[in-house]
Amino acid sequence: MSTLLHVENLTLAVNEKKLLKAVSFEIHQGEVFALVGESGSGKSLTSLAIMRLLPDVISVRSGDIKLKNDSLFLLPEYQMQQIRGKSIAMIFQEPMSALNPVMTIGEQVAEVIKIHLGLKKEAIKEKVISLFEEVALKNPKERYNWYPHQLSGGQKQRVMIAIALACEPDLLIADEATTALDVTIQAKVLALLKKIQAKRNLSILFITHDMAVVAQVADRVAVMRDGEIVEKEACNVFFKDPKHPYTRALLKDATSFKQIREMASDTERLLEVNDLKVHFPIKKGFFQRTVDYTKAVDGVSFSIPKGKTLALVGESGSGKSTIGKAILSLVPATEGMIRFQDQDLAHLSQMALKPYRRKIQVVFQDPFSALNPRMTVGEIIREGMVSLGVGLKNRTLQDAKIRELLLKVELEAEHMHRYPHEFSGGQRQRIGIARALAVEPELIICDEPTSALDVSVRAQILRLLQKLQDESGVSYLFITHDLSIVPAIGDEIAVMKEGKIVEQGSVEKVMNDPQHPYTQKLLRSAPKLPI
Amino acid sequence: MILSLLWTDILVWGLLSVLVVLGWGASRSAQVRQQWHTIFKSSIAMASVIILLFYIIFTLLDSVHLRFAVESDKGKNGQVQYTEIVSILDLIFAHNISGTERTYSAPFAQHEYTKSIVVDEHGVTKQEYLPLKHVSRTGETLQTSFIAVITGLTISMVLIFVHILWRSKTGFKEALRETIEGRTALPWRTAYVTMTLLIVLFSWFYMLSFDYHVLGTDKVGGDVLYQSLKSIRTGVLIGILTTLIMLPLAILLGVSAGLFRGWIDDVIQYLYTTLSSIPGVLLIAAGVLSMQVMMNNHPDWFESTLERSDLRLLFLILILGITSWTSLCRLLRAETLKISQMEFVTAAKAFGVGKLTIIRRHIIPNLMHIILISVVLDFSGLVLAEAVLSYVGVGVDPTMHSWGNMINQARLEMAREPMVWWSLFSAFIFMFILVLAANLLSDRVQTVLDPRNKS
Repeated sequence: MSTLLHVENLTLAVNEKKLLKAVSFEIHQGEVFALVGESGSGKSLTSLAIMRLLPDVISVRSGDIKLKNDSLFLLPEYQMQQIRGKSIAMIFQEPMSALNPVMTIGEQVAEVIKIHLGLKKEAIKEKVISLFEEVALKNPKERYNWYPHQLSGGQKQRVMIAIALACEPDLLIADEATTALDVTIQAKVLALLKKIQAKRNLSILFITHDMAVVAQVADRVAVMRDGEIVEKEACNVFFKDPKHPYTRALLKDATSFKQIREMASDTERLLEVNDLKVHFPIKKGFFQRTVDYTKAVDGVSFSIPKGKTLALVGESGSGKSTIGKAILSLVPATEGMIRFQDQDLAHLSQMALKPYRRKIQVVFQDPFSALNPRMTVGEIIREGMVSLGVGLKNRTLQDAKIRELLLKVELEAEHMHRYPHEFSGGQRQRIGIARALAVEPELIICDEPTSALDVSVRAQILRLLQKLQDESGVSYLFITHDLSIVPAIGDEIAVMKEGKIVEQGSVEKVMNDPQHPYTQKLLRSAPKLPI
Repeated sequence: MILSLLWTDILVWGLLSVLVVLGWGASRSAQVRQQWHTIFKSSIAMASVIILLFYIIFTLLDSVHLRFAVESDKGKNGQVQYTEIVSILDLIFAHNISGTERTYSAPFAQHEYTKSIVVDEHGVTKQEYLPLKHVSRTGETLQTSFIAVITGLTISMVLIFVHILWRSKTGFKEALRETIEGRTALPWRTAYVTMTLLIVLFSWFYMLSFDYHVLGTDKVGGDVLYQSLKSIRTGVLIGILTTLIMLPLAILLGVSAGLFRGWIDDVIQYLYTTLSSIPGVLLIAAGVLSMQVMMNNHPDWFESTLERSDLRLLFLILILGITSWTSLCRLLRAETLKISQMEFVTAAKAFGVGKLTIIRRHIIPNLMHIILISVVLDFSGLVLAEAVLSYVGVGVDPTMHSWGNMINQARLEMAREPMVWWSLFSAFIFMFILVLAANLLSDRVQTVLDPRNKS
């Protein structure tokens, strides 16, 4: 196999700080090369360096990048322009922001072809439609005139792939191309990439943080950490016998399981949800008359045992977060019952709810928007204690409690005087957990608390949640789209689709022997590690 | 002598005491002290504050109005007669008020700007430049300047000495060396230099104002320096008080529209859309005219022209405040819509935190950057708007000193050859420095108060 791209000793730096340290690897003709690492490890920088799109502040200290025999750093800009798109193409993580919302998708693909290939108008259109067929977009002729907002996330990513393929590049860089997609759609896009790669004998540089995806698509893997490649190996050897301790830790974090505990069937039920419906009115016209309803949650029943975890799994838009909000009484329930310790919460007034507010708390997905940037960590944690009158009225005693909570979530007591922006994503998530714990709740609704985090941080947070449950007997409603973490946290599982629960039961039973076709499909689509 | 405070004086001093109380309250929190300390670490902020302080001192000097008993009239019918109301600033510049000329004269001129027809003792009619009445012709300008500069330096040295002494903990010499070498925690060197410059400049102007019209005279012979200094109060008042009227309206309505949505949002949106679709000047003109009619119908509300023009200023501020909240309100509504969807607001709701507390603790602090920026932009805009409104004839009372009136009067003379430039120039410089200092300071405040900007 001939070498297509050769990165030699690439070192990038901002001032004196080295961002990449002597990174070397090569990509052969027709192989999928995966670059794995956590956020900040330098994966995306490497891809930008290959495209020569680095920001001005970052300088190349040493090293070279060769495409076939041309050294990319020596080319003048107009030749580089030719290479971008024509020889090397790129797919980005966020298909929503990568497409221009005011141009039809057909025009956007055509634009690339016009610039690089210079075909006639009719030829271009034909080519676009054949590309749409290749990326398996239904009704390609009709879709030519569609706008990005008319497409789903997966379809947009297919359009992005079509744009990347338009000029028949030799190398395709996929930068976290499937991260923002649901599992079933991710599986389809990955299969499509694989198929196109085989057909065109294309080389792909696949950048991701997800080991399971690597196992599914890559021929060779390189693991990056702090700007260095720590391990480089062919895929089949790599997963059987990881050498570097960091790689081993990563693989272990990706596959941690909860030790199976005895589930007495008659455990006391903390929360029971009966036939819950949440419908949002669709209002139209001048007088805002209600013309129809969006059925976000449509007749859902489940229960959470005391001191256990129910994992609520579903793809985006399945209504799982709405259930969380309804239990917190943040959106009104249209119908049904939410029984918490023999009290129906669904029809209580705000005043009557107050005693229950302290018993049900929430941890959010996005660690960046979940904490008020203008308040110190101490103030953030104190807010609930003051508002709900939990514990001590005295400020110094409250401070002591805040310090204790910070230590409990494995942060430091001095952190209470700092602002949220000084912390990393994982640390912020810990602050969010401390905030929920401050009012000593009995049920915590975890709304995708780990989906914005790196694998190793995710494992830490899951371990922390588990530890807290063991210590205090708190119950969790764990809302997630990621099936791979369910065994690590859940006792029971409920699978949601379009506002309904299609299957529920113990984690073991559902994961090993799914009954409903949708659950089967989800499990099949989820990328797995070959261990 | 009795104190005779006008309505705007009361507002100014009220505002000042509120600010002092608020500042004292806030300074007890270590965090707030730390933030302001960081703000003043920038030399630009420090210099801006010193300049603003000068403007504020003039505003305050001009906001203490007094009346003096007239001795000779006493006992006529048992009632004490009082003179016109004057401010402390008027007392300081008494020589300029009494020393009016006939018409235009250039800065430091000894003659009038235009030739007049005179008949000399021989009965011959001539055209010549008449000498100014209140200008010394001894020619000791240099000497006076020298004394003025020395006086200014002495005053500022004394102030700096007292301040260093008050500030120094380790010893005066050490503190002095640190200041000179610029090693202090705050850029005191910049502050001292700015202050010295301003004091020296002012004392030079002031000392020379006894002998000359430093910045010339206007059409009716009034001293331009005095007018410019008197205008400071008008400008600062319109800037600050209008913003104060506008802010609560904009914040209250904008935040409620964004947070509560539904019919509240609809009502507020209709309100500001309607208001902002009426041309601003028209609305203000209508307001000012109806206010004038009202004032004409109630001559018993005020005893003197000064009180009348003061009341008119107050009404103008009210009208400006009521008509200018819409753009800020719209911005705040949009930002509130965004913030209220953030998860920390949801978290607060899950804690059962009340709506008002959510607004106070979570929403308003996150709107602060928008509020600060628009307050300063509006402040600058309002100082400038005053000039425009006076031009249209619906601004402050024509008898009131303001930069707008100065510009308006100077406007016709722009076409003259050679041009009468000093009125316009003085108004422009005074306005420019004020607006620039306010802008620079707010820029710094905004950078520091936003924790996301820390690096």
